[in-house]
Amino acid sequence: MAEPTTRSVPPRAHEDPAWVRWTLVSLAILVMTLLVLVPLLNVFVEAFADGIGTYWKNLVHDADTLHSVWLTLMVAPTAVVLNLVFGIAAAWAIARFRFPGRAFLTALIDLPFTVSPVVVGLFLLLLFGMQGFWGPWLREHDIRIVFAFPGLVMATCFVTFPVVARELIPLMEALGADEEIAAVSLGARGWQLFRLVTLPNIKWGLLYGVILCNARAMGEFGAVYVVSGHIAGQTDTMPLRVEKLFQEYNMPGAFAVASVLAMLALVTLLVKTTLEWRTKRELEESKRLLTLGGEA
Amino acid sequence: MSITIKNVTKSFGTFVALNDVSLEVPAGELLALLGPSGSGKTTLLRIISGLEVADHGSVYYSDEDVTDAAVRDRNVGFVFQHYALFRHMTVFDNVAFGLTVRKRPKAEIRARVLELLRLVQLDGYERSMPSQLSGGQRQRIALARALAAEPKVLLLDEPFGALDAKVRTELRQWLRRLHDEIHVTSVFVTHDQEEAFEVADRVVIMNKGRIEQVGSPTEIFERPANPFVMDFLGNVNVFHGHVQDGRASLGNIEVAYPEYTGQESRAATAFIRSHELDIVKVKNGRPSLEAKVTHVNATRPVVKVRVYSEAFGVMLNVDLSWDRFEELALALGDTVYVTPRQMRVFVQDYVI
Repeated sequence: MAEPTTRSVPPRAHEDPAWVRWTLVSLAILVMTLLVLVPLLNVFVEAFADGIGTYWKNLVHDADTLHSVWLTLMVAPTAVVLNLVFGIAAAWAIARFRFPGRAFLTALIDLPFTVSPVVVGLFLLLLFGMQGFWGPWLREHDIRIVFAFPGLVMATCFVTFPVVARELIPLMEALGADEEIAAVSLGARGWQLFRLVTLPNIKWGLLYGVILCNARAMGEFGAVYVVSGHIAGQTDTMPLRVEKLFQEYNMPGAFAVASVLAMLALVTLLVKTTLEWRTKRELEESKRLLTLGGEA
Repeated sequence: MSITIKNVTKSFGTFVALNDVSLEVPAGELLALLGPSGSGKTTLLRIISGLEVADHGSVYYSDEDVTDAAVRDRNVGFVFQHYALFRHMTVFDNVAFGLTVRKRPKAEIRARVLELLRLVQLDGYERSMPSQLSGGQRQRIALARALAAEPKVLLLDEPFGALDAKVRTELRQWLRRLHDEIHVTSVFVTHDQEEAFEVADRVVIMNKGRIEQVGSPTEIFERPANPFVMDFLGNVNVFHGHVQDGRASLGNIEVAYPEYTGQESRAATAFIRSHELDIVKVKNGRPSLEAKVTHVNATRPVVKVRVYSEAFGVMLNVDLSWDRFEELALALGDTVYVTPRQMRVFVQDYVI
């Protein structure tokens, strides 16, 4: 051990040879550049190809495009709120209770991630469409679901179902139920327990889930495509509008809308990373609180 | 407020955690539930608190049947091993919690919290966060929090289990003094007999879901009810022999055993605490065992000597006073004679 070493960094036995490391790193960078970075930059390049004036005109002087932005800003938050409620309920049930069917519920939460969104759209069409299962009843009561706002919300909800719950389950399991049990022993009722103890502990993870859910909701295409009916100025969300402009050979218009979605993605990424860092730090702190507990 | 537990049984799947347990805790008493892990002591505490529900049997606070009352309606103070402080709240808000959820007036809450912080000697810490406190301080805050809403009973689940030895000793003496001040009926769970004996008015010894013995520390130490209690208390040498006709014999040692006068020889176990054995170097008429000194731990004030008896094939632990040890001038390998001053004999039940 006392032998002087000529290398400034001692060789580590568990490391792979340099060429393996560099090949893997280069490969990863190459793939990310070709598949992610270049297309992303291209969106902005194309959007601003005819100058910033045209870009602005494409966004705000097209009534259908404006309506699509407005519709997305209505559909996504509605879906997020619904999934927020569901996500907390599901995470609470799975993280805090042992009940028959718990494993089944856990698996079911992931279903929307594994089913193709187009299939989800078709399901909704078959159930709620005018020719569908509940069609006659809906027609009788003059309720429109498919090709209207409720259908868009349902499709978006279904597809983004798992995001909040998936975020909360591991967090709540890591936090443990100790504080909640203590709160109950001190006389807290259900809502007090949630508001005063659980919510402050999961707030960052919850916010992170909401932001991720919102990003997915705004970008949702497949399921929404099927149930929207593409009525310009009525049921076109932003991703559908991009596709329609593209089909109409209006490249600057399509890329302008796409650039807004892309910017949204970048902001989401930034917020997500910040929150992830915060949640991790708080969890580490609470772990330290436990392990250091023995010291005076 | 007294606590009465009547015929409580609790199982988790096929594991019987509590088997027909009954217990009385008089008002104002500080009681310890002591036993090895899996003995059911924590389950019993949780059933008293309402965090766990008994399969059979009932729980009373004074004359009130609380068996079916939810924990939040029982008004108990519960202290957890790992504190379970609310990590997002200040010390003040932690202690105030039980009053806040009961919607007491702000001024009353403030006065009560400050009073409790003085009681647990942490006044001035209102604005601190739990993460800024040491383990001992956290547990005192947890105790103040549990006491805030003036609970009918105070329940503590291994309250000092997560603390290091020195803090633990200080805190348990402090708990004893605190209890003498506030006199709330208290039950605490521990697996540390020193802790139980030092702090509690009475100790309940539990094993395999049953109560083995209830008594004051002195009663339990002087008159252990059965071999389990004797063995659990530790520092004891175990001999196997038999009893017959009013006498117990262990090898060549014979003592009177008037409890059994039958003519039929029955297997018996004798327990001799290590301080109840004496060592002599020269055989002196008294019944004794020949043994060789194999190990000496010459600490003060008690010297721990280990000797090996070839006739019995057992190691014996003998505690000698330092003076006695010097007088004997024991060395490793010496042949000595070990004599019991006192022993407890338990006749084994017939087991087929």
